[in-house]
Amino acid sequence: MLDNLLLFVQFPPLAVDVVVNGLLIGAIFALAAYGMALVWGVLNIVNVVQGELVVLGGYVTFLLVQWGMPPLIGVPVSALVMFGVGWVLYRAIVFRVVDRDIFISILATFGLAILIQQLANLSFGADVRSVDAGLGPLHFLDGMVTVAWVKLIAFVLALVAGASLWFFLRHARLGQAIRATAQNPRAARILGIDTGRVYAATYALNAALCGAAGSLAVMAWTIHPYMGLPYTVRSFMVVVVAGVGNVGAVVAAGLGLGALENVAGFVLGTEFQIAFVFALMVTILVWRHLRAARRREHLK
Amino acid sequence: MRKGLFSGIFLGLVLLAGPVAADDPGVIRLGAAVSLTGKYSSNGAFTRKGYDLAVEKINEAGGVTVAGKPYLLQIIYYDDESTPARGAQLVERLIQQDKVQFVLGPYSSGLTEAIAPVTEKYGVPMVEANGAAISLFRKNYRYLFAVLSTTDEYLRGAIDIAARLSADPSKLRVAMAFENDPFSQDVREGVLADMKRHGMKAVVDDKLPPELNDMSATLSKVKALRPDLLLISGHDKGASLAIRQMADQRVNVPMLALTHCDSARIAENFGPAAEYALCAAQWASTLTYEDDLFGSASDYARLYEETYGEVAPYQAAESSAAVQVYADAFARAKSLDPEDVRQALTETAMMTFYGRIEFDETGKNVAKPMVLFQVQDGNYVVVYPEAFAEAKIRWPTPPWGER
Amino acid sequence: MTKLSDWHIMGVLAIAGLGLPFLAPGLITQLSFLWLMVIFALTWDMLGGRMGYNSFGNILFFGIGCYAAAVVQRDAGLPYFEALALGLALGAVLAVAAALLFGAALLGIRGHYFAIGTLGLGITAAEVAAGWDYVGAGSGMALPLFPGALGQREFFFCFSLFAVAIVCFLFLRWLYGTRFGLALNAIRDDQDKADAMGLRTTPIKVFAWCIAAFFLSISGGLAANMIGFIDPRDVAFAGATFGVWMVLMAILGGKGTLWGPVLGAVVFHITQELFWTYLLGWQRVALGLLIVVIVVFFPQGIMGWIAERRAAREGAAS
Repeated sequence: MLDNLLLFVQFPPLAVDVVVNGLLIGAIFALAAYGMALVWGVLNIVNVVQGELVVLGGYVTFLLVQWGMPPLIGVPVSALVMFGVGWVLYRAIVFRVVDRDIFISILATFGLAILIQQLANLSFGADVRSVDAGLGPLHFLDGMVTVAWVKLIAFVLALVAGASLWFFLRHARLGQAIRATAQNPRAARILGIDTGRVYAATYALNAALCGAAGSLAVMAWTIHPYMGLPYTVRSFMVVVVAGVGNVGAVVAAGLGLGALENVAGFVLGTEFQIAFVFALMVTILVWRHLRAARRREHLK
Repeated sequence: MRKGLFSGIFLGLVLLAGPVAADDPGVIRLGAAVSLTGKYSSNGAFTRKGYDLAVEKINEAGGVTVAGKPYLLQIIYYDDESTPARGAQLVERLIQQDKVQFVLGPYSSGLTEAIAPVTEKYGVPMVEANGAAISLFRKNYRYLFAVLSTTDEYLRGAIDIAARLSADPSKLRVAMAFENDPFSQDVREGVLADMKRHGMKAVVDDKLPPELNDMSATLSKVKALRPDLLLISGHDKGASLAIRQMADQRVNVPMLALTHCDSARIAENFGPAAEYALCAAQWASTLTYEDDLFGSASDYARLYEETYGEVAPYQAAESSAAVQVYADAFARAKSLDPEDVRQALTETAMMTFYGRIEFDETGKNVAKPMVLFQVQDGNYVVVYPEAFAEAKIRWPTPPWGER
Repeated sequence: MTKLSDWHIMGVLAIAGLGLPFLAPGLITQLSFLWLMVIFALTWDMLGGRMGYNSFGNILFFGIGCYAAAVVQRDAGLPYFEALALGLALGAVLAVAAALLFGAALLGIRGHYFAIGTLGLGITAAEVAAGWDYVGAGSGMALPLFPGALGQREFFFCFSLFAVAIVCFLFLRWLYGTRFGLALNAIRDDQDKADAMGLRTTPIKVFAWCIAAFFLSISGGLAANMIGFIDPRDVAFAGATFGVWMVLMAILGGKGTLWGPVLGAVVFHITQELFWTYLLGWQRVALGLLIVVIVVFFPQGIMGWIAERRAAREGAAS
């Protein structure tokens, strides 16, 4: 552990490389995490099937490239296809858990996740898939810091998506309906908002975000039918830490998580990377609880 | 209503007692739990295809003659979902409920590790083709037979070559990234022993998590420390990810050696990025082995490709060989008693398209060497050991800027 | 329909538990796993059903039990049964200590953040075990071979797990009848009110988790020996399988009822085994569907459904 820290001192650009690469992974997490925050906030559902939606998005892009399309077209197409998939999933199953205990939604979407993993395995095969966007990397600082163009695009897209989501929720008609429904579904219904449609649109929007994330993931990394879990877990953590109401916080938490995780993997050794991240999450939960309890004491 | 419920439960129990073994005369039933789902599903599928191909071919040729009577082979499969607990449970079921007396191995060392105590306990032979961990053969299992070379040999070739190519092997610096599972950790142990022999130094020694989706932290370290040799093992996922990210991060190492590259199809999937990579393999279709059933290694490869429409990975070849070993042992044992078959297995000495097979007293195959491919111009070319080499190794790997 | 009392059902189950291993020796491993599932569902329901705290982290205690037994059996240098007994005892102590420690920290958190916190706890435990060389890290640990003759081993573990399941059931049955049981229900129904009425809720919650931890760790030590090999993520801290199943079984049978978890475990286990036998390659599709169906369409569970039907009929009759 100490020698790993020493490496940072010996090669200062290395620290930049580790952090930058972490931030770039974080962007993909952030993209999937917006979707989760949206669904969590509006539908009050913890969508455990998130990672599988990401993986499906990746497969869409993979198939497109197989059919001879340029990879980057995959990002909007995957988003569009997944929008449809999300709509169908909502209308078929997810709508039934909307008004229920959040715990029920965790279990139900966990079941869906198993289902989708397995169907992906049966239809796309179990091979590890990847797509080469053919863009190559960028170098900085004497080659010590390299950034793949794809990851950079992913990063920018994630920020753009975040900004447009924020704008959409603020100013678009449907966005306002979504916010109204999130604040008070009954009042929204009374005011003539078709909350069923709003819910479906929200869930489909989430799936579209996941689709875009998956499309970028298959270009920057690899996908596999059973590779959804890391994405679910990361987006989940981002939302737990950042809360559901604030797009900016979700972006910040996503990027921070990516960077922190990479640094932890570097310093503690990759075998403790995930343990570290989860221990951190539990600690944040407990700490928040203690802080809230102390505040209550003061009120007394 | 409660009665209904109870009778439902009872019916369930009856069904569970299940696909009852009607004792077909003339059929020898082998049992196997393989990973059709879960993290090993891609390699599990190769295992199954290899078994099926051999059974088909043997049955086509009239089956196995045991003490004058012909028998056909049949395999009962279960899906172990890539989890050891499930695998052990299913083999128990194969033996107890399906009355299987001969077990074929699962995919991966972890699963084999979980299953071996079960077959041992019931005195049922297990011929396996995909559990290479050396620790399996230190437990004095009597009924375990492995047709493949053990983990300590996987990357030995790479270390040997590196040592040979350098003026002073003890100056060599090695980076290692091995998945945190029984197989890869065992490979690591073998590598460490070989490194010690040459006096090499480990500068990176990372354990990759199984739910790996990024290894940039490890690769950054490699980039900074500039080792002479980088070794990576993490099944298909690890190999794919390593090739992908080394190209993206422009990580330069003179020599890179991996496991599982041919089953991950790195040359096909990553094109130029996969060039120069060394791949440990149990078998290659260009080797000069032959037998009567499949013909030569390249005949096997052709048959496999015709049947399944994909290139034959060594995981399938070794699985086919495991079935051949059983067929051979049945014929020599002249009996279907597990004890007699076990005895015959210990005396196995046969040539197959996959290589020579002879078991030592711990049950591992000691008659067949590992080979090392190098990806050269999009093909997997055998470069080690010399006796089989098709071409000279290309070394050192030029930096990314010049490739 | 004749009125069946608890004791009748228990009698039938006891006979089944004692007799089936002899009648159908081929089913003995499934039967052992069935008792394990019963323990899982019963202990989960104590918090999830009775107390209203949905935990995804109970697998932690099972894993501690697995590892404690494995380590003691490896290092103590004692004969098999002595080492096993010592390992079980140590596992129980460690698991209860863990429940005290984490319970004090986590059980104050309300609602779904408790579920999330415990989820994190289970996964962290798996990852720590997978990185720790002393317990075999990612390679897992193999347990010593059972001494005794062929076949004895299955009987031993089947009956041991059966005994633990019975003790656990009877203990919980008694416990739910005491003031403590009522306090659990009070916490579920309205924790603030329970607080206000002077119940010291936090110690009660922690104590309940300790009980669950105790039974889970004992079953973990036995199960580890029965399976013969433990892997940090897939056997000991198997959150995605055992950890979720325990919740599903309790829900399927009926949360917060005495017989619900038992019934849920039996039905779930048998269904799942049937999937594995008859739906090769598709069994996980079926499992996923089953989970969705249970949770979405059948959240009241079998016991809840029976109660509803009875209420409806009696309502119609009167």
